[in-house]
Amino acid sequence: MSDHEGEFDKATGKTTTGHSWDGIKELNTPLPRWWVMTFYLTIVWAIGYWVVYPSWPLVQSYATGVIGYSSRADVAVDLANLEKIRGGKMAVLGAAPLAEIEKDPALLALGRARGRVVFGDNCAPCHGTGAAGAKGFPNLNDDDWLWGGTLEQIEKTIQFGARSAHAESHEGSMLAFGRDGMLKKPEIETVANYVRSLSGLPTAKGYDANAGQKLFADNCASCHGDAGKGNPDMGAPNLTDNIWLYGSDEATIVETITNGRNGVMPAWIGRLDPATIKALTIYVHSLGGGQ
Amino acid sequence: MNKPVTPQEFDYGPLYAAQKKVYPQKVSGRYRNVKWALMAVCLGIYYLLPFVRWNRGPGAPDQAVLVDLPNSRFYFFFIELWPQEVYFFTGLLILAALTLFLMNAIGGRVWCGYLCPQTVWTDLFFAVERLIEGDRRERMKKEAEGLTLQRVVELTMKHSIWLLIAWWTGGAWVLYFNDAPTLVRELVTFQAPALAYIWIAILTATTYTLAGWMREQVCLYMCPWPRIQAALTDEWALNVTYKTDRGEQRTSLKKAAELRALGQPAGDCIDCYQCVNVCPVGIDIRNGLQMDCIQCGLCIDACDGVMSKIGRPTRLIGYDTDINIARRKADKSEIYRIIRPRTVAYAGMIVAVGAVMLYALLNRSLLDINVLHDRNPVAVRLSDGSIRNAYTVRLLNKRGAGRVVTLDVNGPVNATVHVVGMDAVSSGRPEIVLGRDQTTELRVLVTAPAAGNSEKSIPLVMRVTDAAHGDMASATDHFVAP
Repeated sequence: MSDHEGEFDKATGKTTTGHSWDGIKELNTPLPRWWVMTFYLTIVWAIGYWVVYPSWPLVQSYATGVIGYSSRADVAVDLANLEKIRGGKMAVLGAAPLAEIEKDPALLALGRARGRVVFGDNCAPCHGTGAAGAKGFPNLNDDDWLWGGTLEQIEKTIQFGARSAHAESHEGSMLAFGRDGMLKKPEIETVANYVRSLSGLPTAKGYDANAGQKLFADNCASCHGDAGKGNPDMGAPNLTDNIWLYGSDEATIVETITNGRNGVMPAWIGRLDPATIKALTIYVHSLGGGQ
Repeated sequence: MNKPVTPQEFDYGPLYAAQKKVYPQKVSGRYRNVKWALMAVCLGIYYLLPFVRWNRGPGAPDQAVLVDLPNSRFYFFFIELWPQEVYFFTGLLILAALTLFLMNAIGGRVWCGYLCPQTVWTDLFFAVERLIEGDRRERMKKEAEGLTLQRVVELTMKHSIWLLIAWWTGGAWVLYFNDAPTLVRELVTFQAPALAYIWIAILTATTYTLAGWMREQVCLYMCPWPRIQAALTDEWALNVTYKTDRGEQRTSLKKAAELRALGQPAGDCIDCYQCVNVCPVGIDIRNGLQMDCIQCGLCIDACDGVMSKIGRPTRLIGYDTDINIARRKADKSEIYRIIRPRTVAYAGMIVAVGAVMLYALLNRSLLDINVLHDRNPVAVRLSDGSIRNAYTVRLLNKRGAGRVVTLDVNGPVNATVHVVGMDAVSSGRPEIVLGRDQTTELRVLVTAPAAGNSEKSIPLVMRVTDAAHGDMASATDHFVAP
């Protein structure tokens, strides 16, 4: 408050506050009492809040407040409630056979919704958020399946993985024909060109198709089949459909034959409960390529 | 009352201003009757509307006005709105604002004086107060005398009735959000959800505080409309006006008679303060148009009563303009301009917005489709070389019954369409079952051979048809090559 007193202002019938700036004086317009009381009440409320709820930072920790409230504990309760809510529906899904789930619109919607979330949390880092795949990680939207694309095969792959540490994991590896001395560099180039021709891709100049076919029959056909159609039991890809896990150019195929390929898919059983794996199976199968 | 303050009386600088207690006096007359009637209509609608039934067929709620938050639906008689149709509320708010402006341009603060909930409930609370404690003089006397047993009984009664009204107000509020008869049954048997009780408690508290204690303070300090109104009004708007040309100079009844006998002019105002005594805001209308005035017209009734008694013409206070005061002083005839560019513009806008909304409402589709193309991957090449695009399709069935629709896709040549989980087909097109009043989300796969579909992006139309009801909806998107 200013030292000098307010004065009466004839024009408005009010006094001034006594504050003056360059000769401009401020009229005293008092606030309503209820307003001021409410303002004081908020201050009292704030002090009460400090006592009751966590507020002040201390040197080592913080003032926890007398009721010991924690938003972290609230989240835990919410998550437990969510599990309870889900429990009913997911139990129905877990009990239903896979083929039945796809026929029931409500279960299908539940499986797809739950599957999408679980996929985003667990599978997307390798397969991509939309399951479009990447080099070495298959696209799950197409109809080309390394380990089979039926509901049961997809579920098994998710459960046990491929070349994972699990005892029931899919096993089968692409051998390192070059590194292990089974094929020489020119032979590898020839067979690589033969593989490209299986998918209708152009071959290098001076490539000997007959030699390629013989080399393929001797070394590759045991897993990939005589016609190169692959074998889902061993994870041997179909080489005739122009869908490539690592790439279709000659250099990449030469590298594949030289050093082999042994991509790993982890086993999810134990990490995800059976009903969740079922939902994931439904989701992957419904992406479009399921058989 | 509102006499100019002399410097000696003024104490220097209180930090806050105490609420000036207002004791409005009972009054009767035309405007009081209008206010009673409007109060009955407004409160009647508010309290009874939730109980009005409206048959929407099996499975649908039969409450005429219902805000169904869990299912995100709004029902208003024959209208049912989905959350994405919230623009109807925007339109309604625009209409409300324009109507407020029009009322203001014609008759000043009609809203404040007659229709605002704050005014209606405060008026009701005043009536209760008068009924129990008596009229203005009695109330002032009783308050000055301090607490007696009778006073304690009266105050207890008054606040109990106020709280009862407030509680009923909160109770009616929650009925708009749930089936009213069911909720009433649950409320009295203490089976209702906690949220219902909490809301009733909140609205009981606000009604009791705002109408019982805050009263004119709400209009003076809390409501923005008086300020906005002052900026929106013009000189032609009819306002509750003390006609200074007739009233001044104020003088006593006796002196006025003497002056008139001598053929000299005398004002009609006899300074009886009846207009001030009946004012629910506690102001003096004779100081002219002021922000505090809610223009309820009760001072008109009070003044008319006095004027009839002293044998002078009524409407010394009435709906008028300063222009007419000036014209009468200059011996010119009065003019009233209800129809002027401002009111015509407001009315025109109300009609235009109303017509647009009505058109939108009448042409509201009961079947709708939204298509979202998969982004990752945009396109997939299959092992036989053909191309597949996947779409998330949402079908909105706003009918009150389930139905079957067929899906048509036009775009890439020789395309096949598959809806995940829906194997039924009707003449080559997927058949989809839609539940009543709900959204169905589908995954639609469109596969086309590479041959003939060489373009990078082909326009595509998805159309759902309900042949049985003649409804159709379509959406456009693209079919993209990898």
